[in-house]
Amino acid sequence: MAALVLFIFCSRDFLPPEIEPGIFMTAESAFNITDKGEGEVVIAFSGAINTNNAAEFVGAINKELQRLRPKLVTLDLERLEELDDFGVSTLAGIKKTVNSFRGIFKLSNIPPPVQKILTAYNFDKLTAPPTALRPSPDIFIKLGATSIDYAGKLAFAVGFLGESIFSFGRFIRKPRILRFGDTVYNMRRVGVDGLPIVALISFLLGLIMAFMSSVQLKQFGANIYVASLVSLSMTRELGPIMTAIIVSGRSASAFAAEIGSMKISNEIDALFTMGINPHQFLVLPRVIATFLMVPLLVLFSDIFAIAGGLVVGITMLGLTVDSYLTQTMSTLTLFDVFWGFFKSAVFALFLSWIGCLRGFQVKEGADDVGRATTSAVVSSIFMIILLDSIMVVILRYY
Amino acid sequence: MFRDKPRPIIQVRDLVAGFGENIILKNVSFDVWPGEIFIILGSSGCGKSTLLKHLIGLKEPMDGKVSINGIDISEGSDEKLQTVLRQCGVLFQGGALFSSMTLAENIALPLREYSGLPEENIDYLVKMKLNLVQLSGFENHMPAELSGGMQKRAGLARAMALNPKILFCDEPSAGLDPITSAEMDRLFLDINHNLGTTMVIVSHELSSIFNIADRVLMLDKHIKGVVAEGNPFQLRDHSLNAYVQRFFSRKPGAAH
Repeated sequence: MAALVLFIFCSRDFLPPEIEPGIFMTAESAFNITDKGEGEVVIAFSGAINTNNAAEFVGAINKELQRLRPKLVTLDLERLEELDDFGVSTLAGIKKTVNSFRGIFKLSNIPPPVQKILTAYNFDKLTAPPTALRPSPDIFIKLGATSIDYAGKLAFAVGFLGESIFSFGRFIRKPRILRFGDTVYNMRRVGVDGLPIVALISFLLGLIMAFMSSVQLKQFGANIYVASLVSLSMTRELGPIMTAIIVSGRSASAFAAEIGSMKISNEIDALFTMGINPHQFLVLPRVIATFLMVPLLVLFSDIFAIAGGLVVGITMLGLTVDSYLTQTMSTLTLFDVFWGFFKSAVFALFLSWIGCLRGFQVKEGADDVGRATTSAVVSSIFMIILLDSIMVVILRYY
Repeated sequence: MFRDKPRPIIQVRDLVAGFGENIILKNVSFDVWPGEIFIILGSSGCGKSTLLKHLIGLKEPMDGKVSINGIDISEGSDEKLQTVLRQCGVLFQGGALFSSMTLAENIALPLREYSGLPEENIDYLVKMKLNLVQLSGFENHMPAELSGGMQKRAGLARAMALNPKILFCDEPSAGLDPITSAEMDRLFLDINHNLGTTMVIVSHELSSIFNIADRVLMLDKHIKGVVAEGNPFQLRDHSLNAYVQRFFSRKPGAAH
């Protein structure tokens, strides 16, 4: 009889070296695989199968079983003294592996204490083949569920818009319902705190634009038009768009995250039960603060972009400060500047509103807040670009 | 089961805890013995949860020493702390389940990280763990779909995933109705009895204290430290300390 004997001792290997043998120690445990020929294998366990040695046992036994692919596996538990849930899972795993070769699995010589543990952990039920799984829903059902989900979201957004308009109406009739302190605080967060990054990005943008256009314009000796190009494109288009994008990244996301976490910690419900309109309390100050601050940020953005162009003009194109500024002044009209402000105010309204909407759409859990934040930024940037395109068309034809 | 061993599993010596200038606990020393259910109790704001954070190494003490199974975790060595924490399970107040994962995934997470077992064995273990806390059949539920009591039980299943030697629990019965709270107590007793798990529980639920505690440690915010330590029944019947008596008889009273 070809006999294969595998012996694994598991003793103190799992203990970190600093720990002296104490209560974390395991008894000496082993298993022994005997190949009786004709596809019959007996695995005899002794000692314990527990948290400390289960992984090692499973690895070694599975390897042997894969190699032998037996038709009948008998587990001899006569000398098994200790078994915990890791041990039970080890036995269950062996049963599953054996069944996967269409082999027969048997437990023999089960000592009463071990039998008690196996019963307590429902060994037979654990390894019973799973009852028929619920079939995954039909594609049409999925499609329908998704559509209903989106329709629900749309309905929520429409309701939210209505609520916003009502809050704003109440504010117009009775301006003191606006929480003034909170509005000023949000103005600081959106405006003052956002100024350095807006200024820096606009300055660099002006610099880049001047530099790139100068390469072309130089060929025609039209250096001076760099000033026109930078000032006109920044005040009318890029200033408002860049500022709005930066504010969505900084503030719309913050609004969504703030309101979203308030929603999951029941703070919104608390406001509601106190008879305070959550909308008026949270959305109004944020939207109004953003609406007031973004045009101001655009003003700074225009100034810094022109300064960026000026640096390139002086250092690389041989222009004087005076000629650059005179050209800028003669290109720009007051309409261009105010058109930029108007656009940015519209962007501000939408991006802050979307930030708040996404916050209110949070239902539960930290990942929902994360999703809301991402979605606030993405949808507000999309909205900014869409609105800008619409306004360009309107201005062109009317 | 380990009562006769002479070595405490947790040893706290002259612990000083606080935030900045504000000292919450000082001169706290006590031992927890293997296999016992040890309850830390005291009025709100006395530093119970802070003490628990020190025991699991979430906070470094201002002074003093915390050793678990002979390893000093207050030295700030991450490696030692990790070694120790692998033998500990922690049940946080709200269960602290990961909301983006199903119950089965929550429980499987520590098993996948540390047990080294193949996926099918982990599946069996997850089933057994959920069965342990009477949540069989809830494998594919998200935490948000469960009640507070069920979330705590699932948190307990996750804390017990690797069969830790020590289980720390922060106010396991907070926010639970008396029946659910009694069920939690029953679970603690079962786990302690069947697996010999040492338990350190922060609680101020009198019924739990008398039902499950082998010993209690009572903290008081006025003396910023330990007022009493011992068997809860003996403390209730024999302690001469006015605060201890008031606590057990649920009488309001002026400060010391």
